Amino acid sequence: MTVDAQPDAGAPKAGSFAERAHLALNDKPLRANFRRAMDGLMAKRAAQFPDAADLAALRARGAAIKERALARLPDLLEQLEARCAENGIRVHWAETTDEANRIVLGIFREHGVKTVVKGKSMVSEEMHLNAFLGEHGIQAIESDLGEYIIQLAGEMPSHIVMPCIHKNKGQIGALFAEHIEGQRYTEDVDELTAAARRVLRDRFAEADAGISGVNFAVAETGTLVLVENEGNGRLSTTLPPLHVAVMGIEKLVETLDDIPPLLALLPRSATGQPITTYVNMITSPRCEGEKDGPREVHLVLLDNGRTRVYADPELRETLRCIRCGACMNHCPVYARVGGHTYDAVYPGPIGKILTPQIAGLDVAGDLPHASSLCNACVEVCPVKIPIADILVRLRREAVRPSASNSVQGAAVKGAGDGWTLSESSVWAGWKWLHANPALYRLGARALALAGNLIPAGVPPLKAWTSVRSKPKFAPRTLHQLARDKGFDDA
Amino acid sequence: MSAISTPSAAVPPERPETVYFFGTCLVDLFYPQAGLAGMELLKRQGLRVVFPQDQTCCGQPARNCGFFEEARAVARAQFDAFPEPWPIVVPSGSCAGMMRVHYPQLFADQPDRERAEAFAARVYELSWFLVHVLDCKLADHGEPVTVTWHASCHSMREMGVTDEPKRLLRSLANVTLVENPRERECCGFGGTFSVRQPEVSAAMVADKIDALRSTGAAEMVTGDCGCLMNISGALDRMGGKAGPPLRSRHLAEFLLERSDDR
Repeated sequence: MTVDAQPDAGAPKAGSFAERAHLALNDKPLRANFRRAMDGLMAKRAAQFPDAADLAALRARGAAIKERALARLPDLLEQLEARCAENGIRVHWAETTDEANRIVLGIFREHGVKTVVKGKSMVSEEMHLNAFLGEHGIQAIESDLGEYIIQLAGEMPSHIVMPCIHKNKGQIGALFAEHIEGQRYTEDVDELTAAARRVLRDRFAEADAGISGVNFAVAETGTLVLVENEGNGRLSTTLPPLHVAVMGIEKLVETLDDIPPLLALLPRSATGQPITTYVNMITSPRCEGEKDGPREVHLVLLDNGRTRVYADPELRETLRCIRCGACMNHCPVYARVGGHTYDAVYPGPIGKILTPQIAGLDVAGDLPHASSLCNACVEVCPVKIPIADILVRLRREAVRPSASNSVQGAAVKGAGDGWTLSESSVWAGWKWLHANPALYRLGARALALAGNLIPAGVPPLKAWTSVRSKPKFAPRTLHQLARDKGFDDA
Repeated sequence: MSAISTPSAAVPPERPETVYFFGTCLVDLFYPQAGLAGMELLKRQGLRVVFPQDQTCCGQPARNCGFFEEARAVARAQFDAFPEPWPIVVPSGSCAGMMRVHYPQLFADQPDRERAEAFAARVYELSWFLVHVLDCKLADHGEPVTVTWHASCHSMREMGVTDEPKRLLRSLANVTLVENPRERECCGFGGTFSVRQPEVSAAMVADKIDALRSTGAAEMVTGDCGCLMNISGALDRMGGKAGPPLRSRHLAEFLLERSDDR
């Protein structure tokens, strides 16, 4: 059963979230793929956290660890840099994605790198690193199965943990048959996995360098913690002679003791696994006498607007994110429209608050409104990010920018871009009516008498009545009925 | 800002003699019978129920759209309308969530912060109040019926109301409660979300109706008139073509009718 939007509902604005949602909602296989996947992930997570009190305690701990690290972020970054240097990892700082790309390219050029294997990294997606390297004659092959599939398809990830969750095995079978030499069409998952492994194994052996992301960096020891399930991350960071890790500056924790609670939260929230198959902790390049590992390790620390987010204490909570994707798995909007509808590297609820802060409200201003504020994301976030409150804060920034913060101008890039005279007049009128009780009673009585004469074609009734009948004003308001029935006024 | 990362946990107050009733603007204009039923239920528990004629709206619509100044002006009007220290009972988890959870945030840097916090601390959702404060027991004089409960997101996740309405429904002798498989999923109302993203909202309400119908219940009962307006409006538009009729009402109206022996 469907409720079909009527054609006169008004076409959504070109290039908007609503327009992309329109396409996604009408893509039946896509909707089925997401619904099935998200239902499965929700059930798996729930099974991992049977005890509400345990979960509450663990979430509080996770949130506190990230909060504590963020409170000392500048110091900890310096500490990380110093420890890494002592351990032989070279640290680079990049303010913009362009700067980060050039740093990576510079390292590769210095070593004459031609081919690269990549582990999964959302920061590299943020940098559009593959395209950049490709333009400069360096081929970067994704080695995570999901990332490999979407690389073949020429697409962006649609989920931050499961990048090709929007595809079913039939679609992947067709893609492999088209792109992998000697591969017939099949929907057999084992055969498809084996085909990808066959291609990737050679790449690992040939690659001049490996790229990885970082799940957590430990300031105390200069350790890079990476979680993964396929072993590709370990191959990418061990087999080639050169390893470049890229990370956002917020992915930092103080001590090694902070890692176990976060590892107890991340995979269970993400995929419902008690722990991932591999947890890699990298503290240095290959040491004397060791048989494997890269000769050189570099760490690129990316800002890309994070310092600006950091400067505002409310918005800073965004940076607690450990990229588990639980918010999108549980989001009723994401489950229906999928990740590509957000047209952003980070989709779903976390993307709705992170993207406008990084890219600017002038670019991604409709994302904070693509939420019913149902709080499902808030309920599951392992580090207790108040996503719904930040969405509302961003809606406020869009219409009425806060006073400037200590970093640069308005608290959020592009603040004020969503202000329109028509909307602000509506709310001024609304305030006038609702802050004056006598006026409100008069207005409410007028609506009770004549409100039902308002035609269904006026906005916002037009959008409402596209799938629902027009709400009917009652003939008498509760104010009137309460008085009639003798309920006291004071 | 992290206030709503966990639902607001209220300590049940002593059983009061007098309570305020906050009707909500949707109830006032569209579902006054639900409001009246809520007041009648409280009255039958032996309470004096006061309905200040100066109340208007909790301010949530403006707050959710980012118009904080406007929301504060309307919230202040409510502070004036409810001056006595009596509990404020609300037949909506969403409006209650606005007043209990968001008022303290909204006034965090305002001179009248303490007034907002004192007001917020007095706010209770109706079913929670009936169960935890009044230990309400209802006789059932109605015919046997199967109902399903639609939970409101804000009731669950801001007010921490989950089992209370179902406890009330289960306590009725002739009522069979069948839980719907997507109880914790949003119906797609979300205030302005339903008109800013009409198509996503439509998909959400269609799935919600499927889930409600899958229970085979004759009636859907809910505690929030926003959800009620959304679901009943979509049901009404579908007419009979989507399946057998599914009646929909506010919990208060349902409870009052069942317990009425006239």
